[in-house]
Amino acid sequence: MQRYSLLSLLRHGLNRHTTWAPAWRSLPLRERYEVIVIGAGGHGLATAYYLAKEHGITDIAVLESGWLGGGNIARNTVTIRSNYMRDASIPFYVKSVTLYEQMTRELNFNTMHSRRGMIDVIQTWGMMRDRRRRQHIMDLHGSTYEQITTAELRRRIPALTGGGAEARLPILGGFVHPEAAVNRHDAVAWAYARAINAMGGEIHQQTPVTQLMRGPDGRIAGVVTPRGVIRAPKVAVAVSGHTTTLTETVGLKLPLRTMNLTAFVSEPVQPLIDVIVNCPDAGFYLSQSDKGELVIGGAPDPGQSFRRDIKQTVFEDTVSAMLSLFPAFKGLKMLRQWGGHLDIAHDASPIQDETDVPGLFVTAGWWGGYKAIPAGGLTLAHLVATGRPHPLMAPFSIKRFRHLDYVMESGTTTAR
Amino acid sequence: MMLIPCPFCGPRTESEFTYGGPVRPPRPDPARTTDAEWVAWLTEVPNPLGPVEERWCHLRGCGSWLTLWRDTRTHAIVGGPQDAG
Ligand SMILES: Cc1cc2nc3c(=O)[nH]c(=O)nc-3n(C[C@H](O)[C@H](O)[C@H](O)COP(=O)(O)OP(=O)(O)OC[C@H]3O[C@@H](n4cnc5c(N)ncnc54)[C@H](O)[C@@H]3O)c2cc1C
Ligand SMILES: [Zn+2]
Repeated sequence: MQRYSLLSLLRHGLNRHTTWAPAWRSLPLRERYEVIVIGAGGHGLATAYYLAKEHGITDIAVLESGWLGGGNIARNTVTIRSNYMRDASIPFYVKSVTLYEQMTRELNFNTMHSRRGMIDVIQTWGMMRDRRRRQHIMDLHGSTYEQITTAELRRRIPALTGGGAEARLPILGGFVHPEAAVNRHDAVAWAYARAINAMGGEIHQQTPVTQLMRGPDGRIAGVVTPRGVIRAPKVAVAVSGHTTTLTETVGLKLPLRTMNLTAFVSEPVQPLIDVIVNCPDAGFYLSQSDKGELVIGGAPDPGQSFRRDIKQTVFEDTVSAMLSLFPAFKGLKMLRQWGGHLDIAHDASPIQDETDVPGLFVTAGWWGGYKAIPAGGLTLAHLVATGRPHPLMAPFSIKRFRHLDYVMESGTTTAR
Repeated sequence: MMLIPCPFCGPRTESEFTYGGPVRPPRPDPARTTDAEWVAWLTEVPNPLGPVEERWCHLRGCGSWLTLWRDTRTHAIVGGPQDAG
């Protein structure tokens, strides 16, 4: 792997940037691998990376129906945080945030990690109690929430001029989550791809899996793709919204629903907001990108959906919620909108386990799962390589549903 | 925006309705079912890449519940409504 540094920039610059080697190779597709990972999104790539790095398994193919990093990893609002509610969840997300902080150095790829903190704007007493409760639970697990007054909140977000005494829901105070960060999603996908490639793993784009295949012994045997059958004794499904579509090809039902979550961005404006602002009572959140655009998200569409655009009703609800607190944004022009389809489990927590089909693993239910990519890959690689769940993911097995032992997680979505 | 055909009021915009979730199979008798079947009924919902049968309530209208088929890929209403009134 060619290392990126100031020196290499200088050297290739002198050659008019014509001498850079491609970050990863496209190799011919073989008929057999030790492990097949389906989906070159964040979770699939991170899994392949840790399989190679931590367990020395490099005979891996990551199969991607579209292009590398074109799924939800490209469609999310890159909020990285660990302000969750459950004892089972918080240590996992704390680990993931830490791994993100180290990623630029570890992968020698600038992920533009910006630890700018998140401020929750609280407008009801119920939400205030929820955040206080979360603060205490987070304290136990090394994640931070700090309560601030309304005056301090307005000092830190000058553009927030709504929610005054005359408002229907006046602001009662705020909570700061200092570890929260944003980074560059493409860089995360590309950095993993480059590292996987350097260790001998393969990434095959334009290779959709249409069917999972079981052997006569009932174990997973491989996958069917338009490019032919590919065999492997271990297959990991990391396809976010399409999990059930794939697992149902071997008769596996999972407690997952696919829903549409959306976002939109404004035209670029001068630096205005230097934190992630989350307004759970109003039902939206926003942050400002390095380019100056405001990146805005709201609540999901209620019904199941495999669409990848925003619905007019969701857009209007999110905009009117935003204008109630940021009335000056009425003058902003919106540039782009998009959506992604994500799966959410019955208890809003992830599912990571070996399934009833031996050798077939799933990592799913990653509703707000961008922040979970590094730790999710670390834990799935551990499970695939050793056959035992990683301690951070052990509470999230499929078996929990058998005992109705839900991990009801209210920290999953930011905006509600 | 979906135009949902309320059998009582006619086609109305989606914002007048609340979503009632996908239609499940009938509730099994917990005394006569295995644990696995009971858990499946509680936690698994149909998640098709295509038409799904679901319930909507015309809450900001006449208050009727209705059942329709909606394609999850397009949001087009492809069947129903039934049982409103
Ligand atoms: C609008 C929006 C905002 C979000 N905001 C946040 C946020 O602020 N913070 C946060 O933590 N999370 C957020 N998320 C969630 C986050 O994006 C996802 O949880 C996460 O990206 C899912 O994991 P992934 O990266 O592996 O998924 P993906 O990138 O979707 O990867 C799955 C891959 O599998 C491929 N695939 C699908 N089917 C097949 C098949 N049959 N064969 C081969 N390949 C297949 C897809 O093409 C895709 O590339 C947001 C999501 C959306 C849509
Ligand atoms: Zn009606």
